[in-house]
Amino acid sequence: MKSEKKWIPYAFLLPNMLIFAIFVGLPAIFGVVYAFTEWNGLSDPVFIGIENFVTIFTDDEFWSMLVRTMLYVIFVVPLTVMSALALAWLLTRGLKGSGFFRAVFFLPVMISFIVSGLIWNWILQTDTGLINFLLNTMNIGSVEWLSNSFFANLSVVMVTIWSRVGFFMLIFVAGLQSISPALYEAAEIDGAGPWKKFLKVTIPMLRPITLLVIILSFIEFFKTFALVVSLTGGGPINATTYYVQYTYDTAFELGNFGLGSALSLVLFVIMAIVTLVQWKVSNGGRV
Amino acid sequence: MANKTKNFVLYTILVIVGAFMLFPVLWVVSSSFKPSTELFSWPPTMIPNSLTFDHYISAFENANFGQYLFNTVVVTVVATIITLFINTMAGYALAKYRFKGSTLILVLFLSTLMIPLEALMIPMFIVLKNLGLYNTLWGIIIPPAATPTGVFLVRQYAMSLPDEMIEAAKIDGAGEWKIFVRLIIPLIKPILATLTIFSIMWRWQDYIWPLIAISDTRLYTLELALANFIGEYSVDWGPLLAMAVLTMVPLITVFLVFQRFFIQGIMMSGMKD
Repeated sequence: MKSEKKWIPYAFLLPNMLIFAIFVGLPAIFGVVYAFTEWNGLSDPVFIGIENFVTIFTDDEFWSMLVRTMLYVIFVVPLTVMSALALAWLLTRGLKGSGFFRAVFFLPVMISFIVSGLIWNWILQTDTGLINFLLNTMNIGSVEWLSNSFFANLSVVMVTIWSRVGFFMLIFVAGLQSISPALYEAAEIDGAGPWKKFLKVTIPMLRPITLLVIILSFIEFFKTFALVVSLTGGGPINATTYYVQYTYDTAFELGNFGLGSALSLVLFVIMAIVTLVQWKVSNGGRV
Repeated sequence: MANKTKNFVLYTILVIVGAFMLFPVLWVVSSSFKPSTELFSWPPTMIPNSLTFDHYISAFENANFGQYLFNTVVVTVVATIITLFINTMAGYALAKYRFKGSTLILVLFLSTLMIPLEALMIPMFIVLKNLGLYNTLWGIIIPPAATPTGVFLVRQYAMSLPDEMIEAAKIDGAGEWKIFVRLIIPLIKPILATLTIFSIMWRWQDYIWPLIAISDTRLYTLELALANFIGEYSVDWGPLLAMAVLTMVPLITVFLVFQRFFIQGIMMSGMKD
């Protein structure tokens, strides 16, 4: 609809746009500029061209951190997506008590990453933790969950799934509920069993939602930070230091704001590529 | 496979997964009531032999928990009110008005959905500092309030309202602001409930932005305080577990009471229409 007074819609938009311009718009421009400067956050930034990017891409530390982050994401995304789908499928079988289980599976989503990491930090303690006690009663012996680099990464993967599977499960539940029962009936008439129905009806119908969940979880997990802070602190040594923590430390711990901004720009490019791939694959489908 | 056997298998899976999800939470609650001597006993006790509230008392008396809780409540409540107010106005304007630049504004919002806060944390920190909002609760509250997600939720919902209704109200002589307050807001209540709950969850759980906006320990939110305590060389587990319990209980309660809006909101984000 059109307004008699031309300024009215702008007035409605103004408060939101103002905050947005100051705290998102301006920083987006500044961030790009800072990425090409040498700057400690205190004195004036000095323009140094692409030197920050040269520094980043020739730094072994950066590459091992990037590989570590990618490995974590490559493990955690498929595991989360498959678990979420499996749980959603279980919850839509019309079993009694599904609502109760849905709430239970979703419960960890309501617990912040810092608290989730803390909870599991307590459970995974080497000498006093519950998990190692259970392993000892089974005569397996104690595992150094948080002080061995392989097991620390494994712990982060497990806690990430515990913390977020319920969220993606709900999206799948919505997807499963939107599939028309007529399709299943038609498949049954064609003599399809439950497994065949799942493969021939459920999977194809869920394709767009599955893609959405893969992208959402990829973007979210690539930025994993708070969970690691309270679970492993990024350790042992740097074994669970992923991208965002690395960037944060570069800027706020080492005072290297120029280099940190360059790392942020690289992060943005990675996220943008992933999002564009999603749009391409879903044929420019609306998000 | 007979139906009975099939159901038994399905329930077994549900119970095992449910235990995996629920047990860590219950374990921490149980631990937080154990006296320090029992906290590290081997074998661990499932149910505390002797219940104590010492860790909870210590959290308030020695760890300054009350202050952190107060800061978090202030941030959550004030930020949610601001978010609701400005997102609803913006979402309604984008849904129902045709004006110059509306498409451009929409595209701007859409494109910024792709920019994570994590990629902007350094320049946002600089802007905050230059505005004199660094180390203030306003500094935590204001910047994330203009969330595009909230604007979109409201816009999608308000699009479905019939234009004729608004036109009719206009013919009756109602002003545009009055139409918004008296007519639109009551009609979009369900989405406002969803946005309220989302905002509470975002703010209560936020860690990275407060971490950047605050360095003064007196202004710490619960998340900052907990992260700080667990980062210490010798972790004092008793009070820390008590604080973790007190931090998660309010949000879990909110979820259990308003489950419907939550589930609706998340399912909506998965549906594309």
